[in-house]
Formats: sequence, C-alpha cells, structure tokens
Amino acid sequence: MAEPLKILVADDNETDRMILRAIVQQEGHRVIEAANGREAVERFLADSPDIILMDALMPVMDGLQASREIKERAGGDLVPIIFLTSLQDAQSLAECLDSGGDDFMSKPYNRVILKAKIKAFSRMRLMHAQLQEHNRQMLLEQQVAKTVFDNVAHSGCLNLDNIRHSLSPLAVFNGDTVLAERKPDGGMLLFLGDFTGHGLPAAIGAMPLAEIFYGMTSKGFSMEEVLREINSRLRKILPVGVFCCGAMVELNFYDKTARIWVGGVPDVYLVRHRTGDLVKIPSTSLPLGVLDPHEFDPTASDHNMDVGDRVFLWSDGIIESHNPMGEMFGEARLEQLFEETDNPDDLFDDILSAVDAFIGKGNRDDDITLCTAKMVHIDDIGMPTFDTSKGTVGGPMDWEMSLELRDQSLKAFNPLPLVLNILMEVEGLRGLSGQLYTLLAELFNNALDHGILRLDSQLKTNAQGFAAYYLERERRLNDLDDGRISLHIRHRPVGKGGELSLRISDSGPGFDHQRMVSGIDENGESYSGRGITLVHQLCDRFEYRDRGNTVEATVCWPKQN
Amino acid sequence: MTVSAIPSDNGTAMTIKITGRFDFSSHQEFRQIYENASPDIKVYTIDMAEATYLDSSALGMLLLLRDHAGGDNSDIRIKNCNEDVRKILTISNFGQLFRIE
Repeated sequence: MAEPLKILVADDNETDRMILRAIVQQEGHRVIEAANGREAVERFLADSPDIILMDALMPVMDGLQASREIKERAGGDLVPIIFLTSLQDAQSLAECLDSGGDDFMSKPYNRVILKAKIKAFSRMRLMHAQLQEHNRQMLLEQQVAKTVFDNVAHSGCLNLDNIRHSLSPLAVFNGDTVLAERKPDGGMLLFLGDFTGHGLPAAIGAMPLAEIFYGMTSKGFSMEEVLREINSRLRKILPVGVFCCGAMVELNFYDKTARIWVGGVPDVYLVRHRTGDLVKIPSTSLPLGVLDPHEFDPTASDHNMDVGDRVFLWSDGIIESHNPMGEMFGEARLEQLFEETDNPDDLFDDILSAVDAFIGKGNRDDDITLCTAKMVHIDDIGMPTFDTSKGTVGGPMDWEMSLELRDQSLKAFNPLPLVLNILMEVEGLRGLSGQLYTLLAELFNNALDHGILRLDSQLKTNAQGFAAYYLERERRLNDLDDGRISLHIRHRPVGKGGELSLRISDSGPGFDHQRMVSGIDENGESYSGRGITLVHQLCDRFEYRDRGNTVEATVCWPKQN
Repeated sequence: MTVSAIPSDNGTAMTIKITGRFDFSSHQEFRQIYENASPDIKVYTIDMAEATYLDSSALGMLLLLRDHAGGDNSDIRIKNCNEDVRKILTISNFGQLFRIE
C-alpha cells in the first residue's frame, strides 16, 4: 500500500463530509475537515495537506476563491485540488479549473473513481516533488560552479578605469566572456569571446580559455602566442561544432598602439577621440577551436591610437537583438549612435540603453555583451603588480645561466616569457617583474632588430614608418639564415639583497657605441630610437662592450627608495 | 524551420535545402539527414535560398557535416545565400572551409 496521505476535505454539508471521510480513511489516509472556504485556507496553512477535496459552493468563502488563495500560497509546491460539485454546466466546471483546481468530480460521488483520482494525483505529487528536488539541486550545483567559474574567469584587470564592459547572461552561466589582463611590460590584452550556444555547455569552454589567457598574458607572451594556445586547446577539448568567436586587442601604452585580431565576431570599432572618425576592423579569421593548430594563423592589424581613442568589442547579440516586431537592431542603428554622439565617453551607456529601448518588451534571444577600452598615458594606469605570494622563500640566490638562440629559433621563438619565469623564482625580484620584462625586451629587441636584422630605428618616427618598420622586420626575419643571440644571466647575493646582471650579445657587426655615449652617432643623429633612455632608467649600471654587439645591464635589489 | 534532402541521380551528391531560421531547433533533423546518407555521397550542397537566418549553432552543424564528410577532404558547397546569411558566413570566415557560391 502507498504511503498514507493527509487529505483536506472542504464541504459545508456535514453528510457529504462524512461520506468523503469514510471513503478516504478506508484507503488508509488521514482526513482534515473544513466547513467553508475560509476554514479550508486556514487548515491548509496549519496542516499542509497533500491533496484537497473542495466543494465549489460554500458559505463565507466559496471553493473557487479558497482555491486561488491556496495555490498562491503554495508557491512552487504542487497541492492538487479536486473540485466536488453538483454544478453540471461546462462554464462552471471550467471556472473550477481556471481558479487553480486540478480536476473535478460531480456529485453524487463514485467511490471507485474518487479513489483512482487520489492515487493518480498522489503519483503526480511525487513526480513534481522529484522535479523540484532535481531543479533545486541543479541550481545549487550551478551556483557553486559559477563561483568557481567567476574566480577563474574574472580575475584580471577589468576593473581598471579605462575599461568598461557589460555581460547580460540569459542563464546563470554565460556563453559570452570578457577578459583583460596586464602584460609585464605595462601593456594590456583584452578579449571578448562568444561560445556556440548558451548556459553551462558554453561556459565550460571559457574556463580553460581564461586560464590560458591570464597565465600567458601575465608571463609576457604575445597576443599571437596566446591566441595560438587558446585555439589549439579549444580544438582539442571541444566537440566538433562548438567553438568560440572572439576578438582580442593588445594595447601598448608606451607606443600608443593597438594590435587587433578579429575572428568571427562583428567588426571591432576604433573611435578617434579628437575627430570622431570611425575605423572598422572586420573579422579576418575563423573562430577559435575550429582549425587544427598547424592551420591556425592569427593575422592581426596594427593601429596607432591617441590618448582618448577607444576600441569597442561586441558579440553578435547587440546587432542581432530583436524588437517586438521581429526587426533586428542591425549595424546601421549602431553606426548611427557613433555618428550622432557628442561625447565618445558616453557611447558605452548610449549603446546599452539604445539596445534596451529597442528590445522593449520583446524577447532577448542571445547574450548581449559589450566591452570598450580607452588609450591612456602609462602613468595614468601605472605598471601592473602581480601576485608575489607564490614560491619558496628566498628562492635561488647564487646562480648563472646561458641561453643561445640561433637563426631558426630567432624566427619562431620568443624567449622573454621563459627567462622572466626563471627570474621570478628569485623572490626578491618579483616586485620588479614589470621593470625586468621591459629591460629584457628592450635589450633583446635591440639585439635582434638592430644587431642582427640591421633595421634603422629612425624609420619608427612616424605612423607610416611604424608600419613599414614592422613589414621590413618580418621580411628580414623570414630571410634570416645566419645569426645568434646569447643571453647570459647571473644572480648573486649581496648583503640583504642581490644583484642581477644580464649580458646580451648578438652576432651582428655592432656599432660605434663610444660615440653613442655622447648622444650622437656617425650621422650626427641621436640614438634615442633604441630606447636607451628608458633602459638607463630601468637598471643601476649599463654599458656596451666589445664592438657594440654586447650589452650588460645590472639591477640591484632591494631598491633604495 | 525545415530541412529537406534531395539526392542526385547518380547517388554521389546530395542537396540539403534549408527553409526558415537555421538554428539549434533543427539540430536533430539536420544530423539525421547526413548520418543516414549513403557513403557514396561525395558532394554536399546546402541550398540556402529559403533560409532567412543562421545562428552559431547552425555554423556548428555545418562543421559537424564537414567532419562527417571527411574534414579537410570534404566537398561542401553553400549556395543561394541571402544577404544576412552571407554576412554571418563572412564574419565567421567560413569561406575558408566551405565553397560559398
């Protein structure tokens, strides 16, 4: 026999109540009685019955009103109400169900049918309870998973003043993701991604993506290297047909440049602060996770940016959002906002409120995600500070190492993240990671660009020259068939701190460094293009050796100031 | 939305016709078509003449078909795209994987 139920019988006629009680008790259930609708509601609140048998016509409060109040107070719980009525017309019976009733039975009662109905509703209650429990469990799991997800996905620098972003998820989890992280050289990587689908299946892919993004960016890997790694990881772990459309922007606050990659999301917009001009950067790559690693070649475009210029990244959710008439927001409306704005700083809010007003009471059918970043002076956002709590106390203090890269490695490998990682084993150097990365990058790039590739830094003085410089650099690097750069790094303990020396030599012909010391080269021009002024600020001692193809920089810690 | 398949006379090609919105709701239907297709079929043509829109799930389905049809060795053509459909294929650069006619 099934588990006994608590059944509320609400009827103003005592004889009817008696008959019902007899039938119900015979089945082994417990009976609670009420003589009118008001009492039925009170008994419901006091005794939480499992099923209610309700007379439609009663004094004080009728069964229909009682049914409405009970259903409202029951919330998500299923409390089946079976109306018992002498009414016969279709309209009245329909009203019983409209008021929240689940079924009805006409008087006089057929006891076989009444018993069967109680059984049927008892089964339905159990199913409903199970469903509720599963749903509750699922939401609980999602909340826990979301906490983990948020900790992984939102650990970057999205809170910086020059970034604004908005994510509006359709579910607890979001198929869209926005990430930002500083590079050790002071730059920043910004990523907006849109996974196929919505909710948990879409968000799962964002976890490894965020891990790779934050890990590699903070170690100083370039945008292309980060994109390659994300693509190959997603290709490996996601099923065919699930991928991530996205756009990535690398901002350099020293050179005031942006490198932009777009793969499968709508055009990225670059807005000139001074003129209001709009540059659109279209998608040139397949989404991440589609191509095999050897086929994936992230081509990015380079852009100069003045202070105040902004980039805008979005998923297709904005352009494809619909109004109640089924019309799409579209690119034209978006562009109009950019044309009509008085203040580009308001555009972010303007776009969100325009899309919101457009959708109106219509249905949101995609995640709507928007992100913007502004070019600023490096002093306005400062250098990044990375977590220094990891690792052993002290770390290796007395050591040296050499690394020599030959032409084939110079073409394809960036040694800086690796070297910086090793340096960060020395606890005392961790606070200097940004400074050391910049120092290493300046010295290594000088050795490669000027020492080996013989590029003229004067090229970089204007915007066209900048692009020409990098084209020429790529060409010469491709043709390179002879050349070596060696890095010799030594650290030794000094007093309570230490001394780090970096010696970088290249196989090139060198240059007249004696003259450079006086600030003038053989053509009577300044060497400022080699970033030497910057290097001087970054280290304690600095000198050229040999024929100008070896440079040695020394950094001491702790810093005196 | 509906998906319908028209095999060619000699059994080595198949045209899949998409009508209406091409999105996740047609996942099952679309998969059944190519999974039940004869292994002799070498060329698939997706006819988008009646398709009004596709979302990223639809792009995913096209990738599944491509995988099923032999990945890099597959021959899949997408034809008669309206402007919206073509735009979505362009943004995602699917021209690198499919022949868009």
